[in-house]
This record gives sequence, structure tokens and C-alpha cells, in this order.
Amino acid sequence: MNLNKTQQNPANTSANSFSMLRAMVGIGILCALMIVLTYEGTFGRIEQLKAEALEKAIFRVIPGIVKSSAFQLDPDGNFVEASEENTTPMIYAGYDENDRLVGVAVEASGQGYADILRILYGYDPESQKIIGFYVLESKETPGLGDKIEKDPNFLANFEALDLSLNDDRSAVKNRVIPVKKGAKENAWEVEGITGATISSRAIGNIIGESTDYWVPVIYKNKEKLMLNSEE
Amino acid sequence: MSNLVQDKKDTDFFSSLKESPSTNEFIKGLWRDNPVFVQVLGMCPVLAVSNTAENALAMGLATAFVLLMSNLLVSSLRNFIPKQVRIASYILIIATFVTITDYAIQAISVELHKSLGAFISLIVVNCLILSRAESFASKNNIGRSMLDALGMGVGFIFALFCLGAVREVLGNGTIFGFSLFPEAFQEWIVMILPAGGFFTLAAWLLIFNIIQKKGSKT
Repeated sequence: MNLNKTQQNPANTSANSFSMLRAMVGIGILCALMIVLTYEGTFGRIEQLKAEALEKAIFRVIPGIVKSSAFQLDPDGNFVEASEENTTPMIYAGYDENDRLVGVAVEASGQGYADILRILYGYDPESQKIIGFYVLESKETPGLGDKIEKDPNFLANFEALDLSLNDDRSAVKNRVIPVKKGAKENAWEVEGITGATISSRAIGNIIGESTDYWVPVIYKNKEKLMLNSEE
Repeated sequence: MSNLVQDKKDTDFFSSLKESPSTNEFIKGLWRDNPVFVQVLGMCPVLAVSNTAENALAMGLATAFVLLMSNLLVSSLRNFIPKQVRIASYILIIATFVTITDYAIQAISVELHKSLGAFISLIVVNCLILSRAESFASKNNIGRSMLDALGMGVGFIFALFCLGAVREVLGNGTIFGFSLFPEAFQEWIVMILPAGGFFTLAAWLLIFNIIQKKGSKT
């Protein structure tokens, strides 16, 4: 039926396809324009809010600081102040009111139960311990996996998690590992949560992996992170 | 037949309002054709994001905004869109407003965006919005389509809030983050989980149907 009609009336069909094309292209352009305008309009504010959220998290994981600044590694492996062109990962040094370096906040991420987990932890090079922990992004199951953000026993792991370096300062003496609930014996173990086994294990492993790399680097360069290093 | 009775009951129920087509367009979404409790549309966000009252309200508002804007655009372009490509056009329009909403929510609060997560993007495939575009906005003028969208939107917010409030109170012991019960209250964690969404929805559907049955008998 439809086929017959098309054969009988080719002019009509081309008019029809033209109107279809016109509608789709027209709507497409209109929609693209609206999206671009919204993106441009909200970009600044979104960036600002994200930066504020990160700033808040930094103040949480390094207790007692009044300001922080971001650093990145230059190609020679030295810390330099963060800049736009440098795309290597940033770390954030936090200082107290006497401009003393209190700790360094490091972002780390890895696979959780539901999705990628992004966390921030605070490392104190003086005592060689993790002194704070915060979940930046998680899609873990509400009521179960999201206990990693609130469970007081679990969070107590990160008040003084041992990250002592070995004798020649080249690597962490004992890698951070996750253990079952109630099985924590050493200061470098992360005790898990019942009911959030996978998520809490994931946190332990993410921190283990990230500290393996970062802690020796930060310790070696800690003078560069201090505010009066130029003097 | 039952429809007639239903209409009569509505006029009684809202007797303070004059019967006019425009108020009817608005009112029907709130109650008689409530998108969640009667049409049972858009169940994915209804079940997934109604775990707290705040999330439910935010999701309801976002959906209502997309619904309103897409109805407006679909209705104003209804003579311009050939029927062969209408669904593709509607999806394009809806997806655009969802993207705009996504940016807007990020610009309002990162926390809120974090808790709504993937469900904002999923408004695109919420069949409530597509069904209003297809069955109403594409056949009616702009004014009526807007009223229809407003009514459906408010009805959707109302329904989501009903679920969210119950689930938050039972599952977390709070409402809008304020604690309601003494420390000893043991939260029903199942209410926060997806299963709790089904229980709560079933309970509300039961209540709603009882009320509607009673209304149609009198």
C-alpha cells in the first residue's frame, strides 16, 4: 500500500523526505545550541563548586590546617607548584598557621563494588602515617557498601595508619593491606566492615597501591613542599 | 461508564473550581491520571531515587522541568515534525533538556548531583515524558500542553515524595536529614534498598486504589 503510493507519486516522496530532513536538522541545531549555551553558562560555576568540594575534603583529611596548595611532579621527579600545562596528578600540601607542613593529601581511585571509587587520604611525612581519609566519589550500595563513608570503626583505621619507610627510604616497609573485621594486628592493616566486605577491601587495596608509589616520592621531596624552602 | 462516574466524582471533589477544560488538564495529572499511582509510568527513577525525601523531591523537580520544557517544544513544533521521524525528534528534544538539567544540578550542588548520580541521565528514557509528548503535546496547543505537563509534573513530584518520605522515615529514622526517633530506633535498612522501594510503592498503590474505589462507589 505504502509502496504503491510512493511509486505513483515520486514528487510527494521527495517533498516528504525533505520535510523529515528539515525537521531533524532543524531540531538538532536548536538542541545543540541550547546545550552549548547551558554548558558555557554553567561551566565556571561547576568548576568552582568542584574545587570547593575538593578543598573541603583536603581540610578534612589533614586536620588542623589553615591553607593548602597544589603540587605536581616535573619530568625530573621534583615537586613544582601546580600549573595548567602540567597534566600529571596533583597532590595537595596542607599548612598550619605557622606555615608548617602538616600533611599531604593524595587522591587515589580504583574499582569498588558498583563503580570506580575516588578517595582522598592525608599523609603526614613527619610521623609517616595516614592521618585522614575521605570518599570523594562512590556509587556503592546505600545501606551496605556506603558504610565506607560513615562506619566509625572503619574510619578509625585511618587515624594513624602506619606507612613507615624501609631503611634506605626507597619503599614502604609494610604495604597497606585489607584484613577481615576483628583480624587487625598491625598498624598497617585496614580492618574491613561486615556487610561491606568488597567495598572496604577495595579501599584497603586502593590505599595500598597508591601509597606504594606516592609515599617514598613525597618523603624524598618533603623539603620542596615546605613553604620556606626557597630561603 | 466508570469513566463517567469518575468525572462526576472529580467535579464534586474540586467543587470550588469551575469546570473548565484547562483546570481539567491540570488536575487530571495530580489525581485521576497520576503518572505513578494510576499510569504506573517511569518506574525506574521512582524506585531507585526515592530512598530519601530530598532525593525524591530533587528527582521529581528535574523530571517535571524536563517534562514541561519538552512538552512546550514538542507542542510548538507539532506541525513542523513529520510523523515518520516524530519519536526521534522527541527523544532529541528530551535528551537536550536532560543534559541542560544535568548541568544545572551540577551548578546548584555537587552533593546533590552525587546522590542522584546516573538517574539524571536516565530521565531521557523515562516513558512518562515520551508518553506525554506523543499522546498529548503533539496533538494539543501550547497552553494546554503546558498545563498537562504541569499537572503531570506535580503529580510525579507528589508521588515520588510520598515514597521518599516513607522510605527515609523507616529506613533512616530521619526526614530531610532531621532525626525523628530516639537513638534506640533500629532502622529498617531494607527500606533504603531497592526492595524497600517495591514494598512502599505497593503499599501506596493499595491505599490509592482503596481511596479511588470508595470515591467511585459514592
